[in-house]
Amino acid sequence: MSAAVPQGRRPRHLTVGRLGVYAFLVTAALFFMLPLWIMVVTSLKPMEEIRLGNILALPAAMTFEAWSKAWSSACTGLECNGISVGFWNSVRILIPSVILSIIAGAINGYALSFWRVKGANVMFGVLLLGAFIPYQVFLYPLVRIFSLTGIYNSLTCIVLVHVIFGLPTMTLLFRNYYAGLPIELFKAARIDGGGFWSIFFRVILPMSTPILVVATILQVTGIWNDFIFGLTFAGRENLPMTVQLNNIVNSTQGERAYNVDMAATMLAALVPLVVYFVSGRWFVRGIAAGAVKG
Amino acid sequence: MSTVSVRDVTVAFEAVQVFDGLSLDIQEGEFIVLLGPSGCGKSTLLNAIAGLLDVAEGQIWINGKNVTWEEPKDRGIAMVFQSYALYPRMNVRENMSFGLKMAKTPRPEIEKRVAKAAELLQITPLLDRRPDQLSGGQRQRVAIGRALVRDAAVFLFDEPLSNLDAKLRNELRVEIKRLHARLGKTTMVYVTHDQIEAMTLADRIVVMKEQKIQQIGTPDEIYHRPANLFVAGFVGSPQMNFVKGRLENTGEGLSFLAGDRRVPLSGYPFMTAPSAGQDVVLGVRPEHLEISSTGIWPGFTVDIVEPMGADTVIWCSDGAGSVQVRTSGSRRATPGESVTLHVDPTQVSLFAADSGERL
Repeated sequence: MSAAVPQGRRPRHLTVGRLGVYAFLVTAALFFMLPLWIMVVTSLKPMEEIRLGNILALPAAMTFEAWSKAWSSACTGLECNGISVGFWNSVRILIPSVILSIIAGAINGYALSFWRVKGANVMFGVLLLGAFIPYQVFLYPLVRIFSLTGIYNSLTCIVLVHVIFGLPTMTLLFRNYYAGLPIELFKAARIDGGGFWSIFFRVILPMSTPILVVATILQVTGIWNDFIFGLTFAGRENLPMTVQLNNIVNSTQGERAYNVDMAATMLAALVPLVVYFVSGRWFVRGIAAGAVKG
Repeated sequence: MSTVSVRDVTVAFEAVQVFDGLSLDIQEGEFIVLLGPSGCGKSTLLNAIAGLLDVAEGQIWINGKNVTWEEPKDRGIAMVFQSYALYPRMNVRENMSFGLKMAKTPRPEIEKRVAKAAELLQITPLLDRRPDQLSGGQRQRVAIGRALVRDAAVFLFDEPLSNLDAKLRNELRVEIKRLHARLGKTTMVYVTHDQIEAMTLADRIVVMKEQKIQQIGTPDEIYHRPANLFVAGFVGSPQMNFVKGRLENTGEGLSFLAGDRRVPLSGYPFMTAPSAGQDVVLGVRPEHLEISSTGIWPGFTVDIVEPMGADTVIWCSDGAGSVQVRTSGSRRATPGESVTLHVDPTQVSLFAADSGERL
């Protein structure tokens, strides 16, 4: 065979380095898949099988009993209505919190990047500072404020808290996105006679789809996964799923029902998981955008 | 009557003053071009006229009305931007009618005006397309159309052709000029750094540098009688040749002397009384130099020849410096060839060496 003349596409060779990269990636993937695997198989096993200790093995007699128990009849303390109560509580908290915090962040970002409000930079700086102070610092003062105003331990209270704490990130997110839009668009809309709201709704918001998706992902996962605000501000009636999950797992008496615990955990993780699978590409962007917040 | 009048305007960003007491009067129906290098403040001035920038001091009058504190929409202006600034989520028709909708114009009137503007700019077939389905030239046409439907007395253009390729730029330039002629009494203020656009479009050119107006004049005045060294060097391509020298009294009156080279200045229209012995800079455009055996400037050698089709630019060097000579396109020269140059004494410009001002 004659030596190949260099032409066309350069041939790709599997080098040792490349093999190493693949080996690392496969190992890393397995490492992170392992807990999920254990959770899924355990939740599908009856307790007798779990007692054998083969935690990695596939279930011999697959059953969804643990899932239905976790959903509708697992006990959180004295009540035995399963985690479904928490699920619907979380949904009720999630929807208004996500919508309101995104609207507030979008308007804030729009005002800060286009209207050059007096003192805008100072305001933005203060807002960002707020984002970097640990939440725990705010808990007690907020509890006092809310109980004084009489909304403590209510749905309003927990939604308000999520909106307030979502504001710095949402504002930053939208401000940075809007800073990347050409300012001339805004100028053209000003000359065309648009005011603050008409420019926002007719020109800017229709261009915001990508950042709205990112913001939604960020807020949905963030608020769904919240534990401490829910525990502190939501009140007994509105405890979100994360808090109920904790109650189920920690209030077991006698033998620990690993399969129910696992199923309940999977159920609690379902919403972020679905969001992830539906919008993988956007999800990564959302995480990257959220990375500024640590 | 002047439609646009900028009176003693000062613009400041934070603490930095951009203009300090700048004034400019623009007549009705006039095509004014603000010309200058980037950062000279021409766009800032346009934005101040548009009301997109607050002025710190001074007044802006449009159509006999003091609009210094008015919103942009109430100033009777329309504006076209370099980046087109079309609303990306609206189609062409919606883009063009947005301003009228904001002004609560009745629907039939909107349709009539949009149809008329679209026809004028030949974009009727594009009306239902979105901006991302248009080419650059089409987008800029739509942007001009969006300005047209506003029926404004004053059109402001902020480097509208700078994002287009050379061929389209020429086409649209001609169209803008035609549009101005057709609209009749519409005043246009046009910002550019492109001197060809300035020369071809303007009734009057305002040359700016470092936030100051250097010269206001017709393209002819700007080109043939530049007010200072900056204007002389900025306008014209290839650039005007500058030769440093002195004014001397010789037998036939005042002359320009640089070494043993001489240009008689008996016919030169001095603006200020010259004095012999003064250090000056002589400016002469490449087309006013000629390679001729009977010339008055001997001792040059051909350095580089640049054939440009319609004409040829020949760089001639005398060892110390070089000058560019514009000759006919058919003229050929060989580098290294010795030549003698002739200067047309009626076409030169003289500048004071110290201040750079025209003499």
